[in-house]
Amino acid sequence: MSATSTPLLTPLLQRLPGHTLTIYLKEAKYEFLKNLRLRVYTLSVLGFPLMFYVLFGLVLNARESIAGTTIPTYMIATYGTFGVMGASLFGTAAGLAADRRLGWLQVKRATPMPPFAYFAAKAVLSLIFSAIVVSSLMLLGFAFGGVRLPLANLAKLLGTLVAGSLPFSALGLAIGYFAGPNSAPPVINLIYLPMSFCSGLWVPYMFLPKMVRQIALVLPPYHLSQLALGAVGGGRHESAATHWEVLLALTLICLGVARIGFQRDQGKLYG
Amino acid sequence: MIATLETIRSTPSGTVARDIASLAGVSKNYNQVPALRGVNFAVHAGELVALVGPNGAGKTTAVKLLLGLMQPSAGRVRVFGGDPTHPQNRMRVGAMLQVGRVPETLRVREHVDLFSSYYLKPLPLAEVLAVAGLEKLADRKFGDLSGGQRQRVLFALAICGDPDLLFLDEPTVGLDVESRRMLWDEIRSMVERDKTVLLTTHYLEEADALADRVAVINRGEIIAGGTPAEIKAKTSGKRIRCITTLGLTRLRQIPGVVEVREDREAVEIHSGEAECVVRELLALDPSLSGLEISSAGLEEAFLALTNSSNAAPQELIRA
Repeated sequence: MSATSTPLLTPLLQRLPGHTLTIYLKEAKYEFLKNLRLRVYTLSVLGFPLMFYVLFGLVLNARESIAGTTIPTYMIATYGTFGVMGASLFGTAAGLAADRRLGWLQVKRATPMPPFAYFAAKAVLSLIFSAIVVSSLMLLGFAFGGVRLPLANLAKLLGTLVAGSLPFSALGLAIGYFAGPNSAPPVINLIYLPMSFCSGLWVPYMFLPKMVRQIALVLPPYHLSQLALGAVGGGRHESAATHWEVLLALTLICLGVARIGFQRDQGKLYG
Repeated sequence: MIATLETIRSTPSGTVARDIASLAGVSKNYNQVPALRGVNFAVHAGELVALVGPNGAGKTTAVKLLLGLMQPSAGRVRVFGGDPTHPQNRMRVGAMLQVGRVPETLRVREHVDLFSSYYLKPLPLAEVLAVAGLEKLADRKFGDLSGGQRQRVLFALAICGDPDLLFLDEPTVGLDVESRRMLWDEIRSMVERDKTVLLTTHYLEEADALADRVAVINRGEIIAGGTPAEIKAKTSGKRIRCITTLGLTRLRQIPGVVEVREDREAVEIHSGEAECVVRELLALDPSLSGLEISSAGLEEAFLALTNSSNAAPQELIRA
């Protein structure tokens, strides 16, 4: 063997930027279609927040209000946060854990797919489903809960919640890198459900036991729900900057953890 | 064995430049457990090579190294003279891997459309579907397909980018005879299109039917290589089967006998000089009956090769 390794037959094989964009769009489109047809995903991600909202926001407490915000309006923000979390965690972690351990991600990695397209598609899926959950809650509230908000507030509420999908997608990627295909859904639930309760997404914050209220202050969903409540004039009127900082910190930490998982996979064999 | 390998690697006019993909002195360990030990192996332009070995021999590890899906513990992996992880090399490579789960809610057409988009010059969708025999299944969801149909979809995903080099890792494992033969025809059509193919299999029949060249791998080492015919010739050649009163120990003493084993009421003797052995047998046991002589198939050659390499460590322990 000679030491000089002259590359054989190297025609220029570079993609144009437009082509790369097409890949990102197709990856996102098929990730969306794949999950849209997956009843487990659509039913649980849309079903639970909408069902809880109808029950606790429209049927049981519709005439009550908290510090001037009616319950149907208040709960769009809290169940919206709950829905966004579910769509984002299940949209990223469950699929990633299965794709990694059961070989599909290796099949994709063996192709010239830009690796980031795979993750971006999952984030886009989470954003889209978050928007669907929140809009559905708003429609329900408008139709049956007498929710009347200025368009600007509605837009701010939707925008805040949909943007809030990103930190939880990052958390989902981190979970997906460190959980197995079967353990991912229970692990997600173990994080998702207790955090939702402690952050005041099911029972409004002021009705939580004192100890839980203290725990809430360090939980990311609490901060997202306070931002959402702020958009409709409710909540505890803390500084929005602090809330965004917590969510940003969560995003960065989780992306760092996911990156460790990604690099660990480069040298490792599964199955 | 290494000498034999070198000859194979450099024949007939083999030069380094013809190597499309190669492993040079490659070892790979998983948590100190060796999967490959100092493997030298190359695939030349335009040939179909079969890497044959039992489960756990290191076939899949070799393929994953060549695909750049993992790093070797030692040695050098080259594809098109460069790093297998280089995006420009990935553009020219297609792979069919063993996979536990493929997204089931996407249709065949959608899977192919997505994978085609990764490549610069993909084959037209209709052509991919035709080559893989999927025209009638294009609108089916992956989850609704049979095992053979699923393998054909994975084959379609491997070829949709019109790659120069194709890796097929156990493409027909678990398939019925008909599906297997269909896939064989598809693989042959790739060679007709001047593709280079590396196939791994533990079916010797498959290597025999498809490959220009076979490399036998066992316990992480390449233990033999050559054309299917050469591999067959490497074993002692003939199998003698008969019913005899002679004991196994006595049979083993007959000159020219390589291996003896009991097979129900009869014995099976492997020998390179069948005629001499038969003459001796008939002289020793006049009551001998049910005599059959056949030439050893590739399957037996393979068993003989892998058994002798499995026996080696035990001999070392005894010594």
